[in-house]
Amino acid sequence: MTEIARRSAVAELLRDRGEMLVVTGLGSPTYDAFAAGDDDRNFYFWGAMGGATMAGLGLALAQPDRPVMILTGDGEMLMGLGSFSTIAQHHPANLSIVILDNEHYSETGQQKTATGQGTDLAAVAAACGITDTRVITEESELAGLRDAIHSGKGPMVAVVKIENAPQPRAIPIRDGVALKHRFRRALVGSI
Amino acid sequence: MSEADQLIHSWQHDILTAFAGAGIAHVSYIPDGGHKGLIQLCERSNDIGTTVLTTEEEGIPLSAGLWLGGVKSALLMQSSGVGNCINMLTLAENCRFPLVMLITMRGEWGEFVPWQIPMGKRVEPVLDTMGVDTYRCERAEDVGPTTEAAIAHAYQSDRAVGVILAQRLIGAKNWSGK
Repeated sequence: MTEIARRSAVAELLRDRGEMLVVTGLGSPTYDAFAAGDDDRNFYFWGAMGGATMAGLGLALAQPDRPVMILTGDGEMLMGLGSFSTIAQHHPANLSIVILDNEHYSETGQQKTATGQGTDLAAVAAACGITDTRVITEESELAGLRDAIHSGKGPMVAVVKIENAPQPRAIPIRDGVALKHRFRRALVGSI
Repeated sequence: MSEADQLIHSWQHDILTAFAGAGIAHVSYIPDGGHKGLIQLCERSNDIGTTVLTTEEEGIPLSAGLWLGGVKSALLMQSSGVGNCINMLTLAENCRFPLVMLITMRGEWGEFVPWQIPMGKRVEPVLDTMGVDTYRCERAEDVGPTTEAAIAHAYQSDRAVGVILAQRLIGAKNWSGK
């Protein structure tokens, strides 16, 4: 089994993204989404750990006709496990959470996360009431995952088991006000 | 007015009126006895969606995401919940997200549970430290206009605002069993 490469996986999920809105969790998922191609409709978290999924829920509720993808990591998701319960109460069909799971905290020195030590995030999500949960371990499954994310038949939580390897630097803008303004200008036409 | 409505304070109706006037379309909350009537009003409203959170901090990025998508919202919590929000408030400050928090106080007026007092005493200093502007309401007649002003402040000036609903206003929780 070849491990899934994170950058090409994210690029595949964002291929022909159409109307998709994207929220990324701090750290590597932010860099991965930027590396796949910057877009005004990407909202990159650089902090507020544990918050990306709830920002994605807010977007999904506000824009029910557009697909919303939250791209985050195992460490960030572990800090906001309650979000699965909060999301499940709304059953937002347009919302997908993709967890890039390398079982480590990459930003802080490769400490192990709980996902490599027994915690199954897809099972947690299912237990909280998310009906479509998946664990992706093969690159060949990514095209199908991409199509499912675009199908609007969520909510879905997909844990993508990825390689734990350093990536080339890819650093998007960090100014929060600029991120907010460009996103709102692109989506709702005003800041 | 039904019997259930009589349990809802007039100032809670005033908050709902302020929400409607400002176009608040979503309310998220961790329940509190002091917010019970308002939560009932919001859940009954056809114009307001509601979300029950698992921790108060979830309400901050939820509000941010709603605003990115063009929807105004408010977040209800008890004083103890403010402590759960500290790091997440950096999202509002960094991005200048409008944020409306309505906080019912415990631990400051005839409190029966001493465990409520440490966080109750620190709600306003914590909010001030984290860049949240606060408006305090002690009297029922102030609640409607204050909520209206807070929402305007948040959404016109891109500020995080906390409306502090004093325990004296709400009434200390009754522990007598009567």
